[in-house]
Amino acid sequence: MTELRIEKLTVRYGRGPSVHTAADEVSLTVPASQTLGLVGESGSGKSTVARAAAGLVSADSGTIKLGGKPLPRRGLRPVQMIFQDPRSSLDPRMSIGESIAECLPSRFSRSARRSEISRLLDMVHLDPTRRGARPPELSGGQLQRVAIARVLAARPAVVVADEITSALDVSVQGAVLNLVRELQTELGLSLLFISHNLAVVRYVASQVAVMRTGRILEAGPADQVFHRPQHSYTRQLLDAVPDTLRSTP
Amino acid sequence: MRLLTVLRTPMGVVASIILVLVLLTAIVAPLLWNDAAEARNTANLNSGPSAEHPLGTDVLGRDLLLRTLVATRLTVLLALGATGVALGLGILFGAAPVLLGHRAGRLAVSAVNIAVAFPGLLLALVLALILGVGELSAMWAIGIAGAPSFARLCQTLVASVAERDYIAAARLAGKSRFRILLRHVLPNIAEPLIVNATIAAGAALLAFAGLSFLGLGVQSPSYDWGRMMMEGLDRIYLNPIAALAPGVAVVIAGLAFNLMGEALARSLSTPRIPVAWGMRPRRPYPQKAEERGDGEPADHLAGPGHADSSEPAGPAAYPEAVLTLRDLRVSLPGHLGCLTPVRGISLRIAPGEAVGIVGESGSGKSLTALAAAQLVEEPLAVRAATLKFCGADLMLRPQSTRDRSRYQRLLGRSLAVVFQDPMTSFNPTMRIGAQLVEGMRFHDGVERSWAQARAVDRLGAVGIEEPERRAAMYPHEFSGGMRQRAMIAMGLMGDPQLIIADEPTTALDVTVQKQVLELLDEVRSASSVALMLISHDIAVVRQVCDRIAVMYGGRIVEELPADRLAEQAQHPYTRALIAAVPDMNTDLDEPLATIPGRPVDLSQRSAGCPFAPRCPLATQRCHEQDPALIPAGDSGGAHRVACWHPVVDAGRAALAEADRSAGEPASAEGSELS
Repeated sequence: MTELRIEKLTVRYGRGPSVHTAADEVSLTVPASQTLGLVGESGSGKSTVARAAAGLVSADSGTIKLGGKPLPRRGLRPVQMIFQDPRSSLDPRMSIGESIAECLPSRFSRSARRSEISRLLDMVHLDPTRRGARPPELSGGQLQRVAIARVLAARPAVVVADEITSALDVSVQGAVLNLVRELQTELGLSLLFISHNLAVVRYVASQVAVMRTGRILEAGPADQVFHRPQHSYTRQLLDAVPDTLRSTP
Repeated sequence: MRLLTVLRTPMGVVASIILVLVLLTAIVAPLLWNDAAEARNTANLNSGPSAEHPLGTDVLGRDLLLRTLVATRLTVLLALGATGVALGLGILFGAAPVLLGHRAGRLAVSAVNIAVAFPGLLLALVLALILGVGELSAMWAIGIAGAPSFARLCQTLVASVAERDYIAAARLAGKSRFRILLRHVLPNIAEPLIVNATIAAGAALLAFAGLSFLGLGVQSPSYDWGRMMMEGLDRIYLNPIAALAPGVAVVIAGLAFNLMGEALARSLSTPRIPVAWGMRPRRPYPQKAEERGDGEPADHLAGPGHADSSEPAGPAAYPEAVLTLRDLRVSLPGHLGCLTPVRGISLRIAPGEAVGIVGESGSGKSLTALAAAQLVEEPLAVRAATLKFCGADLMLRPQSTRDRSRYQRLLGRSLAVVFQDPMTSFNPTMRIGAQLVEGMRFHDGVERSWAQARAVDRLGAVGIEEPERRAAMYPHEFSGGMRQRAMIAMGLMGDPQLIIADEPTTALDVTVQKQVLELLDEVRSASSVALMLISHDIAVVRQVCDRIAVMYGGRIVEELPADRLAEQAQHPYTRALIAAVPDMNTDLDEPLATIPGRPVDLSQRSAGCPFAPRCPLATQRCHEQDPALIPAGDSGGAHRVACWHPVVDAGRAALAEADRSAGEPASAEGSELS
């Protein structure tokens, strides 16, 4: 797997007096085969960084390098993205099998495609015989699994996951998080995992960065950021997490 | 195919029949009567209607009825051709932003904006003159004149689809813009385009008749309805039918296309489950007082939820609760029978008490709240054995307008509702202060200046800094958390006895969420307002509430004091919910606990416990009988649970955990319980 290095990334929206700097000299590194959790509130610029890392938003300045090389601009992209709302990220007119097939590299033959789609569906714990189902027939959690299978079809070097559980019920969230963790370790994925939920980030990420108003305030190993936060804002975020529900053993 | 649903409406059926007749005529008539319609009869020029020629004959003695029928083909073909031109050009210009990228796309958008400003018919006339006389040039003229409105429509539709994440995903898959347009954009905008093209075909038919009538369209020896009208006009006083018959044909065919378009538009925008509208009264007062109490609604899917219509729990020390619900049901009458998203909820909220309602989406928690707030609208119907708010029986139909306005005043003053997304609850064009004042003046008829002072005071009370300046601002100038505060301030304008908050923090960030929850708690303790807090997040609810009701499949499956939640919850669903939420102490080496299976499907409910299909402890009995909500063991009635196999002690909890991790349902029937 490959390392994704973002250096001094600046992204601005709008022009003239209404210009808004969504990302302000952001530097981040997603280490090879590790998960970097990016934490922040809405409007902090997390999603802009995610979209820039995937090449969906062009940077005003700064560099994004994958294994030391700039991101390619055409063809199947090596940085793939999983979106927040699976109902919006899968074409409602296409069967889930077709959606996954779209991301398969072109070297697959027709018959190889079929078995590959089955393998991917199986990998995200969905019944391969449901390949013909259309998105409205599936639940939110199942659709998010399809979205994950589609991303894996592209054989990505890095996966960007942008708030992938916040549109799901808590009862489903756990299953998706388990899957993400399982696949990350199994396939050795490099993962940029974005969420406003600290408990969720803590569960999946080994490295954590905290973002606010377009800037990175603090970054480091998860253990350090969560237990010995340096920035007052990080402490504020940690204080706001609801108390533990389970009885302490 | 979804378009075929049009045949379920009377208008759709009529439109389809006429349209099919018109199209059949267009295909068949020229095959059968083309020669007969051309046959000249010099002995019978310009005759009136007769047995041989029902509509008479024209200048050359040709039969007008046959000519009208034969002309259908050319008329319809030209109209469809013009529509095709308009649609094609429209899609081309409308999709330009997707195909050409931002800069060139913006140019196309401006071009369309200018073109839309020209009146269509005038443009068609000018173009027809420029392109020259003849049927093909007239077709292009009408097509080009119709293109700008299609282009505008396409741009709007394309823009709404282009923002979807699946377009971004297709870009990441390396697909070309043209391919994205063909595979993802066009299929998703096809329906509205087809509807509009159908209506436009009717308009094109009329426009073509106009051009031909003016002599700019079809030229002799070809003929369409417009040309026939022109020829008949010379002798309108001698044989009016010669001009009127093709005119009537234009009206019928034009109407067929228009009606079809309207019917399609209607059937596509209505929900897929056709609902029997108008079966219940709009306001939730379904029965007279003496008819109530006999419990069961006439739907077969309701299940045995009546079992817990016993007096709801709640501190008995309060003689009069703020809100009392007994056997509350919300149902949706439909063509497949009655769906009942809320079935038999009993709940009592005492003054100053905070009660949380927890459940996943589709559990009926929001509907319960809306029903309590009298905000449920048709086709949903509310029934309850008791629905009392501040002592007033809301299930009684108010007899006079005075009673009705008394009810409204009571609800307006004493009940505050806070929704998930405050942006949609505020009017974007009105200042925040004015919106707070408006509600108060409507319900209480107080002085404006007094109400304004109160609005500023209330905004200050919910922790908004510089309330005077903020009151003069518009909703979009507020942040999400600030809007939610303003929403709560609006509820505090009156003298609320109960605040119903439906997922008030779901759209907010953790830090803001904490502030809003603290604010709700402050408001409650400062003025002893009762609170009904609805959320899918059990951790959020536990922070604020005294008592928690867990809903599943439209029922309360467990109700317990908040401090018992962590250790003494007995329903397997409640325990699973608690286990599923990761927190800052979750063991990182273990997978998170999950709840297998899917939430209940309302249309496929069985007789048993709704959670049974997903429950690790479920037995045969659970699948067959729905358990009643009954007091649990040692709680003295404060803790109630609806389960045949409640998890009562640590040993049993361990067993349940073991079963869950083994992934197989417990097979032995709990004989000690039956």
